[in-house]
Amino acid sequence: MRSLDVRAWILSLTFLVMVLGAWEFAVQAPEQTEAQSEYELLMGGAEQEARIPPPSAIAQRAWEELSNPFYDAGPNDKGIGIQLGYSIYRVLSGFFLAVIIALPVGFLIGMSPLMYRALNPYIQLLRPISPLAWMPLALFVIKDSETSAIFVIFICSIWPMLLNTAFGVANVREDWINVARTHELSPFRTAFTVILPAAAPTILTGMRISIGIAWLVIVAAEMLVGGTGIGYYVWNEWNNLDLTSVIFSILMIGLVGMLLDLILTAATKLVQYEE
Amino acid sequence: MSQSFLQVQQLAKRFVSKHETLTVFEQANFTIEAGEFVCIIGHSGCGKSTIMNTLAGLDVPTEGVVIMDGREVSGPSLERGVVFQNYSLLPWLSALDNVMFGVRARWPQWSKDEVRTHSLRYLAMVGLAGVEQRKPAQLSGGMRQRVSIARAFATQPKLLLLDEPFGALDALTRGVIQDELVNICAETRQTVFMITHDIDEAILLSDRILLMSNGPGAVIAESVIVDLPKPRKRADIIHHPGYYTIRNHLVDFLVNRSKTFTKYSASVEFPMSVNPLVASGLAVKQSSQPNQISVEQSTHVNHLENA
Ligand SMILES: Nc1ncnc2c1ncn2[C@@H]1O[C@H](COP(=O)(O)OP(=O)(O)OP(=O)(O)O)[C@@H](O)[C@H]1O
Ligand SMILES: [Mg+2]
Repeated sequence: MRSLDVRAWILSLTFLVMVLGAWEFAVQAPEQTEAQSEYELLMGGAEQEARIPPPSAIAQRAWEELSNPFYDAGPNDKGIGIQLGYSIYRVLSGFFLAVIIALPVGFLIGMSPLMYRALNPYIQLLRPISPLAWMPLALFVIKDSETSAIFVIFICSIWPMLLNTAFGVANVREDWINVARTHELSPFRTAFTVILPAAAPTILTGMRISIGIAWLVIVAAEMLVGGTGIGYYVWNEWNNLDLTSVIFSILMIGLVGMLLDLILTAATKLVQYEE
Repeated sequence: MSQSFLQVQQLAKRFVSKHETLTVFEQANFTIEAGEFVCIIGHSGCGKSTIMNTLAGLDVPTEGVVIMDGREVSGPSLERGVVFQNYSLLPWLSALDNVMFGVRARWPQWSKDEVRTHSLRYLAMVGLAGVEQRKPAQLSGGMRQRVSIARAFATQPKLLLLDEPFGALDALTRGVIQDELVNICAETRQTVFMITHDIDEAILLSDRILLMSNGPGAVIAESVIVDLPKPRKRADIIHHPGYYTIRNHLVDFLVNRSKTFTKYSASVEFPMSVNPLVASGLAVKQSSQPNQISVEQSTHVNHLENA
């Protein structure tokens, strides 16, 4: 097992070096090999043409940005840390609002076949709606772009949690429920001491899916509403034609998404049990 | 005549569908006295678990009533402890926490220390001192079953219900836990109703064995008195002259008579009380058993029915 780990690491690093090397080489500026035409000279050189920046430039930008991530020099010039902070704040707010609604409602649906049948059509209708489609309505009703973004996160992260909670609760083993019944537990205590721990791994899996989706959606939502956040930052740098910053922030989005997922995975491990 | 501790009267379970009514069992009548150990044996699917779940209050019978301690059973209760066939431990709790789960439910007013001490005592009683903190997945099948038994005993129920508790265990482990069960029951004078497929286990543990005929439409045909001295030891009991008399009677029922047993023509009420030892002259017939007939008679009755 150990040697497999080591070999996997070596292979990963090899791939990284190969891809970065090829990339660096492929985007080399051509001016050293060809003489520039007069027209190009007139236009200020081939540099002006927007070109994918090489990894070395991105690394340098990353170094600059990460050595001072929290500077704030006006609305259009904030550190990457601040922008990510805004996005994380929105994702977590929407996510926890969704938790507050999805857990009790999921419990209700999971425990009562009647409620399941009554609410299922609405869930099936609302679930496939792209969360961004809610944005105009949210902006109109809430009249605040910040809160609207949180609402969009809320609406997109509620479904996986709701459905997983309902599924987990509905599929708690009959035997465990019978254990609760033979011990004369109240419905409330049954819910907390038997059903919740039994369904917890399924519920946490739902949460993990939710936060993944929320992180995907927040970038798009922030591009739409603007102002602050990593999505706005990407769009802003694109408008500035600063591709180095765009690629750097793409990598940061991936990194934060991965961290969020790792946290939820760790939480899932805490409640996981072996049968 | 004083009332029995547990009375089962005219119990029946039927499943009604559009096309037909499936009667799993019917006319189940029996009693259990306080302190008695009663086993029930019958072929798979005849409805033993259903009867037990009805006694537990987990299942509702189609007809009939169960009366315990003068009150009708209408739902699950801590007065009736259940050990399920598949242990039913909560896998996210340690062995100790599983027992404490039951104890806390039984005595909610107890302090955490009292609950803990009480639970530890029962875990030690089933020989599990030292592995309290392990989760069920880290215990062997035999150990899990002991945790389950400790949980049931720790709540000190008036009636203990065991559904094939040793079915999944190997013969050696099974023997060890059977011995433990014999000891605990002798100490606590626990009233027990147990389902088993193992004839030797039934003879070792029981005061009485209920025999069920095959389903559908099963009945509890006989109530066989195990008239062997107690306490019994696994190693010694097989040398008792009456052991094989009883054993043969049970095997004969399960192999031959359970298939062809019909309930309609006999005027005798079911179950017939049978003492194989009296029939074979190994014991004296007691006049206190009103329903009792000898083996010859009961076999005779069946022959007539089958003719
Ligand atoms: N929902 C149902 N509809 C129809 N028949 C059912 C239903 N549930 C159970 N049964 C029948 O009830 C019968 C009794 O089941 P039960 O579990 O009590 O048997 P058992 O004697 O405990 O068998 P085993 O020894 O295999 O555990 C079975 O034959 C089963 O087919
Ligand atoms: Mg069964």
